[in-house]
Amino acid sequence: MTLQRRFARTVAAFGALLAVTVVLAPLVGPTSISFRRAFDFSIPFADNADAQIFFIARLPRTLAGAVVGALFASAGVVFQGLLRNPLATPFTLGVSTGAALGAVTAITFNWSIAIAGITAVPLAAFAGSLIAVAIVYALAQARHRGLSTTVLLLAGVTMNAFFSAVILFVQYIASFADTYRTLRWLMGDLDISSYQPLLAALPAALAALAVFAWLARPLNLLALGADSAESRGLEVARAQRAAFFSASLATGAAVSIGGPIGFVGIIIPHLVRLMVGPDHRLVLPAAALFGAAFLVACDLVARTILAPVELPVGIITALIGGPFFLWLLIKKR
Amino acid sequence: MAVDQKALGPWACLVACLAVTVVAAAPKRIISLVPNVTEMIYAIGAGSRVVAVSSYDTYPPEVRTLPNVGALLDPNVERILSLKPDLVIVYGSQDDLRRQLGRAGIATFDYRHGGLDAITTTIRSLGTTLGEERAAGALASRIERGLDDIRGRVRGRPRPRTLLVFGRERLSLRGIYASGGTGFLHDMLTAAGGDNVFADVRAESVQASTEQIISRRPDVIVEVRAVNEAFAAGDREAEARVWTALGSVPAVRDGRVSFLFDDRIVIPGPRIVEGTRELARVLHPDAFK
Repeated sequence: MTLQRRFARTVAAFGALLAVTVVLAPLVGPTSISFRRAFDFSIPFADNADAQIFFIARLPRTLAGAVVGALFASAGVVFQGLLRNPLATPFTLGVSTGAALGAVTAITFNWSIAIAGITAVPLAAFAGSLIAVAIVYALAQARHRGLSTTVLLLAGVTMNAFFSAVILFVQYIASFADTYRTLRWLMGDLDISSYQPLLAALPAALAALAVFAWLARPLNLLALGADSAESRGLEVARAQRAAFFSASLATGAAVSIGGPIGFVGIIIPHLVRLMVGPDHRLVLPAAALFGAAFLVACDLVARTILAPVELPVGIITALIGGPFFLWLLIKKR
Repeated sequence: MAVDQKALGPWACLVACLAVTVVAAAPKRIISLVPNVTEMIYAIGAGSRVVAVSSYDTYPPEVRTLPNVGALLDPNVERILSLKPDLVIVYGSQDDLRRQLGRAGIATFDYRHGGLDAITTTIRSLGTTLGEERAAGALASRIERGLDDIRGRVRGRPRPRTLLVFGRERLSLRGIYASGGTGFLHDMLTAAGGDNVFADVRAESVQASTEQIISRRPDVIVEVRAVNEAFAAGDREAEARVWTALGSVPAVRDGRVSFLFDDRIVIPGPRIVEGTRELARVLHPDAFK
């Protein structure tokens, strides 16, 4: 089968899965609503509780799950390809820990700012991720002309540990209630209750995904090793830089929307590779689509299983993703 | 004393005698690691015996000049021992601290948060421990009468379905924490003549999702915070405006969203009657004219 046909088939299959999930998810929830009333636009929106539940509570949340899941999963693919390490995740290079430090600081010190409707916690999270990216990149550059993935990895792991220590310090000086809220933020939450956070993250998300589309071939070459890639005409340093910045940007945007939701960024890339093989031209789009569907489904479980109480979505992704991944691993052998 | 000295041996006897002494003599050097219990000690007239408090203590104002010895998660045992207390007020979960103090022969008084009735129960048993039964009994009765007075004033009035929020992200409706169906906030809300929209959740706090808030349709939304977490005066309008996104919620539609920045509401101590009255005033303004 030609690559084009395989690509079309892969995108169609995973795209259909995502479409079904995104259409079904907002129809289900802890409360039963009347869809006839929800879509009856003759009732003023402000008086229509069913419409508000559908359009304010469920739809933005579902879309947030899709965007965040797509970003984490595809960023995971890129980081694994860049570092040539199957254990790499979007959180390996310190981006999410930097974001977490920003969010934790904003929560603890009760920052009360909003720029264009984006509030302090997501703003601080995004800023924190950018700072982390800048530091890690500067470190990797200083030791090595071009990018050394080993130095990148070491710098990232070290920054992770350092930021974690600062987070613990901030939590230590916080009040109990704030410590609890920061802990809860770290478990991930997609209940964004408006479209603003999504719109704000959209430019960064689209930019990152556009670079990912270009990266598919370079990542295939990088998988052969930097020297072989170079000999086949790839500008390795440039491709590595593009991969590092785009995946970091995607991670920063995703964390600022939903918090550092774990497992999506490592499990989905591997799952997808088990299904479509190692070619990044198939893995990248499939991971983005499947990651989106997976996180929407996990969030659906999180908000309904213990209703009216909600479970943090990060717990669900790990609980569902872990065993499923192991099962697939055993089955494949 | 009916202790068989031969059977127990001299050491056991010594321990028994010491224990009796500890119980018999009212403590003279008290350290409190629990701010609302500190308030109770002062309120029953034993404040002059307090030698140190936790890092979260701010009331009554006298405590700010006392040494602080850490708090729930980071009690400074060395500091506590060096102040030679004969009674330490600890939180119920501080097992390690209790054991360490026990080894040093220092008595402890355990406290855990509970409902409104836990406040008066704690005050009475504190009175017994500190030898201030009379004052403690009087204070506890005063609190019970005060709460009954509020219940009487709101009796027979329609009880608004109320969402009691005690935390959320600034300028947004994310990360909303509200009172569930147990604990003193829920009890205060009930005494103040409101029905908690999350009464069915058997927990002190609920993370209230957007969907739950819209579907439970509260008539009144009250946001309570400690004074040190109050919204700046300039932010209050913007903070109130974030609720307008949920226009179908009766409280939002009818403009019944209010903020109460008041330690008397969020600290389950002797000032709880005043706190409950503030809450009742918001729910039933006519009853408190």
